[in-house]
Amino acid sequence: MTEAPPRPVPTLPDLFLTYGRIGLIGFGGINAWARRVLVEEKRWLTDQDYAETLGLGQVLPGPNALNAAIMVGDRFHGTAGAIAAPVAMFGGPLILLAGLAMFYDAYGEVPFVKAVLAGVAAAAAGMVLGTAAKMTQKLKPPPALLAVGLCALLAAGVLRVPLPYVVLGLAPFGILAAWQALRAR
Amino acid sequence: MTATIFWQLVLGFGAISLVSVGGGIAVLPEMHRLVVDVHGWMSDADFAQRFALAQAAPGPNVLVVGLFGWHVGGVLGMLTATLAMTLPTSFMAFGFSRLRARLSGRFWLRVVERGLVPIAVGLIAASGLILAQGTATGWLPAVLTAVSAVFVWRTDFSPLWVLGAGAVVGVAFL
Repeated sequence: MTEAPPRPVPTLPDLFLTYGRIGLIGFGGINAWARRVLVEEKRWLTDQDYAETLGLGQVLPGPNALNAAIMVGDRFHGTAGAIAAPVAMFGGPLILLAGLAMFYDAYGEVPFVKAVLAGVAAAAAGMVLGTAAKMTQKLKPPPALLAVGLCALLAAGVLRVPLPYVVLGLAPFGILAAWQALRAR
Repeated sequence: MTATIFWQLVLGFGAISLVSVGGGIAVLPEMHRLVVDVHGWMSDADFAQRFALAQAAPGPNVLVVGLFGWHVGGVLGMLTATLAMTLPTSFMAFGFSRLRARLSGRFWLRVVERGLVPIAVGLIAASGLILAQGTATGWLPAVLTAVSAVFVWRTDFSPLWVLGAGAVVGVAFL
């Protein structure tokens, strides 16, 4: 792997504001946006760092984006960071959602809002797919690891196997493939 | 919100959170069982609408539990359900994060971390695919999704551009 120039370390307010922004722009789910902001825009993490953190977040119980935010926060600012990042990530969207819920209770579905959200959702779906392609390109996984990733895509995305089975069923194969790849060096 | 509902939210979502390996949305069927079948708080259609609303809004997908909480207990219900779903596992994740820092550099930990990477990326791709299947109600949104995917993959411009374009296309044509 090529080592880029040293990566900046965020201050605590920076971490809070950045995660707040990730939450509020997180259409289609947090993970693709967190990668975009943390890896590409802020350069606090490498693609490998982010993907490893998210992978661990996925095998632990609980929302994976939340688990990842706690780990990223802890990495940079210990307990304070582990609180700041997820609180910011949830706080903004929660307020927005409360507003939406009130609006919804009062007016039901509004065609204009529905149309905007339908268009944004279609674009967000593409954004999530494009992120997966970009991560694969940047991470350059050896064939065995790539195969495990494709199995995860097929099982969860096409066959709709429940996620706990996908994660726990494929983890041993991923670990085996990584062991072979690391040992071969 | 009554005390009964408060405890039903705390215990119900708290228990679900503990088995939510793979993410909050992995346990959507369990949430359906709790909210629709066990407590009868809302109908099937209500459940689907709340889920669609949470998916369309930005933020962690798991926030849909906030909308379920809102439905039975207003703001307080929203906070209760969200915290019940997120707090117990957060302590676990924090504990794990500390353990990971202490063990960092060990060969087997690096193996495990690397081994989980393809699952993380594969599941991002899978969620994109599932979202796309939901939004591709005609050729236009399908094209929008495809263009957006290529734009995000091949360029370093902010994906907010494609979301903005999506909003415009949505208003004009959908």
